[in-house]
Amino acid sequence: MAGVKQASRNAITLKGSTDIVAEFFTYGINSILYQRGLYPPESFTRVQKYNLTLLVTADDELNNYLNSVVNQVREWLYNMTVQKLVIVIKCADTNEVLERWQFNVECDKTVTEDSAPGEKSEDDIKKEISAVIRQITASVTFLPLLESACVFDILVYTDKDLEVPSEWGESAPGIISNSEEVRLRSFTTTIHKVEGMVAYKLSA
Amino acid sequence: MAHFNFENEVSKLIRMDAPITKGPQMRWQRKLGESINSSRNESICNNSVLQSSQCCKTPKSKGLSTRTPGKTPGSSTKTPGKTKQTPGKGSKTPTTMGDRFIPNRSTTQFELGHYHVTSQSNVNDSDEEMMSPSKKEFQTAMSENLNGDLMSSKIISYKNKAPSAPEGYQNSLKVLYSQGHNPTSCKKSIRHIPQVPERILDAPQILDDYYLNLLDWSVNGHMAVCLGGQVYVWNSANGEIQQLMEMEGPEDYVSSVSWISEGNYLAIGTSTSDVQVWDVEHNKMLRNMRGHAARVGSLCWNNYILSSGSRSGNIHHHDVRVANHQVGALSGHTQEVCGLRWSPDGRFLASGGNDNLLNIWPSGGGQYLTTDTPIYTFTQHQAAVKALAWCPWHPSLLASGGGTADRHIRFWNCNTGVCVNSIDTKSQVCSILWSKHYKELVSSHGFAQNQLILWKYPSMTKVAELTGHTARVLHMAMSPDGSTVVSAAADETLRLWKCFAVDPAKKKTPASMLSAAPKTMMRSGIR
Repeated sequence: MAGVKQASRNAITLKGSTDIVAEFFTYGINSILYQRGLYPPESFTRVQKYNLTLLVTADDELNNYLNSVVNQVREWLYNMTVQKLVIVIKCADTNEVLERWQFNVECDKTVTEDSAPGEKSEDDIKKEISAVIRQITASVTFLPLLESACVFDILVYTDKDLEVPSEWGESAPGIISNSEEVRLRSFTTTIHKVEGMVAYKLSA
Repeated sequence: MAHFNFENEVSKLIRMDAPITKGPQMRWQRKLGESINSSRNESICNNSVLQSSQCCKTPKSKGLSTRTPGKTPGSSTKTPGKTKQTPGKGSKTPTTMGDRFIPNRSTTQFELGHYHVTSQSNVNDSDEEMMSPSKKEFQTAMSENLNGDLMSSKIISYKNKAPSAPEGYQNSLKVLYSQGHNPTSCKKSIRHIPQVPERILDAPQILDDYYLNLLDWSVNGHMAVCLGGQVYVWNSANGEIQQLMEMEGPEDYVSSVSWISEGNYLAIGTSTSDVQVWDVEHNKMLRNMRGHAARVGSLCWNNYILSSGSRSGNIHHHDVRVANHQVGALSGHTQEVCGLRWSPDGRFLASGGNDNLLNIWPSGGGQYLTTDTPIYTFTQHQAAVKALAWCPWHPSLLASGGGTADRHIRFWNCNTGVCVNSIDTKSQVCSILWSKHYKELVSSHGFAQNQLILWKYPSMTKVAELTGHTARVLHMAMSPDGSTVVSAAADETLRLWKCFAVDPAKKKTPASMLSAAPKTMMRSGIR
């Protein structure tokens, strides 16, 4: 019995992989929002996740927003039509893009719902994810202080032929002209590979 | 006036014969022109606009022209004197129209203007349609260049935008840097704590680096300070200063110092990733232990074992007695190890890193294992963990302080792995020391006040705040007698604070109590 259980633990199905990546996005975005001080720190609560203490927002409105975005992205992850998820941090007054967190998603398109599950233990994936999140946390040491009030937006790069739902609209890429880029670690579930990067505006 | 009439008649006749090249077109003409050739149409309409504008100028200049003849256009300039007497001639200057000119003109101009505007936008529209394929290709290539790999993907975003932060909210990281002076709510203590340092020493070129450990005070009263690439030893008994060593390269520096518990040897970690052991009495290096890949920012002794933490995140155990010195390696950090402390009983090693982790390692019962799994990993700190101190009277109680983004002092029971207490200090915690004589601890801070805070434990009420440093107080060490705390700050000074001075009257009481204890026990035994 134990052997069977072990085997199922190490198997990654498309659905499981989708859930892992979507969950990572939820915690990753929350970490970015907290670490970069976009919302008051008292509006975050502590949770234990990936063997780390992470802060997630307790604000209902913000949670609703994040959930609806991530749920939609989850669907696209499952269909493998998503290419990138980008969090753009803009100055609230001038709308100038100051920071851009980009997560490239590479999907193994040969995998379908019924195909044989990939081999990778959940613990290994969690370790990789926690390394990425730790890097996000540590990034405050080099990222410039966001002086003005800032807002954020989540952009999703999808395949060209995707039918856009009515609540979603096309958007500008929000690329920073004079920027420094820092690559983050990546993690893979064998089906989805997520590669992080942060670009920030160089102070002139 | 008759000659004018005549002239008008003549011009009319002439115009009847001549083709109408100037002047507004008829509506049917315009329509026709539009359908036939847009470009030709444009030229015609331009003509007419030109003309109509000319027309409009002249009547206006009728009055003006008397004074500024040079400005009036057309034929009127030729006869500046005449125009005054014969205003009718002004109407003659636009040779195109007859006497019905003025009312007609205004309507025509309006229509034309309108037409002109609409036709121009039409022209633009057709421009895009008529763009050559090569030009179109060029444009797509350009946009691809500018927008990245947009052509293969769509960028979409959720239409309902995220709620913005509440009104008046400021980035907390920024608030931290604009923290004001808050009135200290210090509890009056019975003990007198001097608010000024007992002594101030210069520490020129001390590095302003949070991740280093540049100060230690030995049991013999020697205080070691790293100033850039040099290590000085200050004898607190007689005030003598001795230079112990100097790095060879101009860019190299000493990144950590630590005294062995006996106080005769000093361990030095350097930016060139060396770990050296020096005999201070003979001013000579005993051995140099290599093995790290990056600078050694933290050191701690446990008897003959020297533990060193590096920027690479690795911690090595060196047995300084044997040739093959490296007896263990701990890899639990992914970034620089900046805090390293053995518990007083030598059972635990606490390590704090720039990856915001606080790890508790086992001593291994005489064996120093190579492992990457600590007993406990505490993730509660939200910034680098540099300040670490073991409580002298609770063997497994550890105090840890976090950096700028965290600002908390946390207390851990390392037997159970529980966070016992935590307090927000409102400022970066650079260093923590426990008092040997009182149930108190002292923490040193950075911005905004660069102060030392004395806390009562376990109530964590503030006993005193010692201000004076003008930059963050990076390091602290305690004198061998436990009465004085030395603080080294980025303002290049060392300050000695006599904050744990023992009252001689009080010092007696514990001793007398100790001596009294056996007596009472005896008495109870007798009874």
